[in-house]
Amino acid sequence: MAQPADLTRLTAHDLATAVAAGEVSAVEVAQAHLDRISAVDEAVHAFLHVDTDGALAAARAVDAARAAGERLGPLAGVPLGLKDVLTMQGVPTTCGSRILEGWRPAYDATVTRRLKESGVVILGKTNMDEFAMGSSTEHSAYGPTHNPWDLERIPGGSGGGSAAAVAAFEAPLAIGTDTGGSIRQPAAVTGTVGVKPTYGGVSRYGLVALASSLDQAGPCARTVLDAALLHEVIGGHDPHDSTSIDAPVPPVVEAARRADVRGLRVGVVRELSGAGYQVGVQQRFDEAVALLEELGAEVVEVSCPHFTYALAAYYLILPSECSSNLARFDGIRYGLRAGDDGVRSVEEVMSTTRAAGFGDEAIRRIILGTYALSAGYYDAYYGSAQKVRTLITGDFRAAFEQADVLVSPTAPTTAFRLGEKLADPLAMYLNDVATIPANLAGIPGLSLPVGLAPEDGLPVGLQVMAPVLADDRLYRVGAALETALLDRWGRPLLEEAPSL
Amino acid sequence: MPSITRDEVAHLARLARLDLTDEHLDRLAAELDVILTSVATVAEVATADIPPTSHPLPLTNVFREDVVHPSLAPEQALAAAPAVEDQRFRVPRILDEE
Repeated sequence: MAQPADLTRLTAHDLATAVAAGEVSAVEVAQAHLDRISAVDEAVHAFLHVDTDGALAAARAVDAARAAGERLGPLAGVPLGLKDVLTMQGVPTTCGSRILEGWRPAYDATVTRRLKESGVVILGKTNMDEFAMGSSTEHSAYGPTHNPWDLERIPGGSGGGSAAAVAAFEAPLAIGTDTGGSIRQPAAVTGTVGVKPTYGGVSRYGLVALASSLDQAGPCARTVLDAALLHEVIGGHDPHDSTSIDAPVPPVVEAARRADVRGLRVGVVRELSGAGYQVGVQQRFDEAVALLEELGAEVVEVSCPHFTYALAAYYLILPSECSSNLARFDGIRYGLRAGDDGVRSVEEVMSTTRAAGFGDEAIRRIILGTYALSAGYYDAYYGSAQKVRTLITGDFRAAFEQADVLVSPTAPTTAFRLGEKLADPLAMYLNDVATIPANLAGIPGLSLPVGLAPEDGLPVGLQVMAPVLADDRLYRVGAALETALLDRWGRPLLEEAPSL
Repeated sequence: MPSITRDEVAHLARLARLDLTDEHLDRLAAELDVILTSVATVAEVATADIPPTSHPLPLTNVFREDVVHPSLAPEQALAAAPAVEDQRFRVPRILDEE
């Protein structure tokens, strides 16, 4: 049996095909990735927990199913990193927080269950900013993840662990969650692909809530087709989530295979460029747009005038919802309990527990949200932010009359240095300026690598956005661009990354 | 409108059940002031005639039949509890001592 030199370099699609054909066993695939994690994760720190025994058991089950002649799912035997914000029965789930240290959930998230049922091999839980609040993973209570392109730089956030695991060839696939850009911005700064599906397209059951009206789980991968295959596995209606859309998953795999943009109207969002965007980011973005035009797309410029207010609205809506959602961590039913000396009251124990268990950014946003929702300020802050949300949704509606998809740089800059923005919350928040509008409107977005910025040699991401439930368009555009860029480069962008 | 005092932050921390140090409260007051000044710009365009959006989907209540489903056993539900007594969550003192 001919074995490829390095199983960790294969795409998820190729791995699944090789496993299904019996060219390699799922156990060999899992072991190769576990070995890779052992070799590089001390430097990268993409994983908070590696479930070696569970992964190998899942891989053995796939091999047994194949031996028994059962039909395997499209990703059976493919390893994956699961963001530590999704529950997995019996496996530690911390959300990057001390308050959940050592917690082993009693149940699987719907995403986790669907992965298991599809024969996907879950390697472990990936690092993240605490409760998904941040753009760098520096707010993880367990230390930051390092960008495989430059270990001194951030891997993006909050899902920096998932993106870095994929970029460092520790896993071909990962699950992220995106509340304001936490799948797309890490994808952009690590040279990988990340998709936030339409809100309600993937179940939130078992996804520890940050901002319930914005949170959405989605795929992280090295290719657009791999992301589509994963999207199809995790997507679809779930009776356990009342906000899950009761409609079929858009035909994302078919779209990724079609990879054709001829006649498609591509709108460049005027407000998501210019001041604040790094020169090299803008340059690579402009080149990619020109390439789309060469491929037969019709490029138009659109204006979304209220996007200027998106960041402000987001940083009122998110803290408001988060202050309410994080109230469940009270030291009573699970997680940390501090200061329970038999004398202190339940309120005192809760206050001691929460102050000890939450990090600075979580506390900052809880206080901000408590303020925005309090009597006398509600209308001016939370109420106004909700109106801006209406205006932004209206901007998208108008733009989608002129264009089938919208594009922008995913993030205004390439990966910045660890520590660079930690002391300045507002500077950190600005990383999400281009990704937040899609969350506010509930529309889907994809980021894919379009080159390296000339000034620093670091990856640049291009974001594609589509109307609600038109997720397939993201993959059509993403795959077409990916193919054309690969032709131009001669090899995948990640091959340019330094070896670890 | 912003200009949030340290006493206000202390009040918010009490509401949010966060026992913060004086130093932390001071730091938060300064940070929140900057953040609130920035986000207060939403008021510039949020005029009275615009309806608010609380959620991206047109949400309606989702109903299902009231039937018994398999669920967690008590020992599973209690497995992660910080303190358990008589198959229940044990909580710290709830009432003031009189």
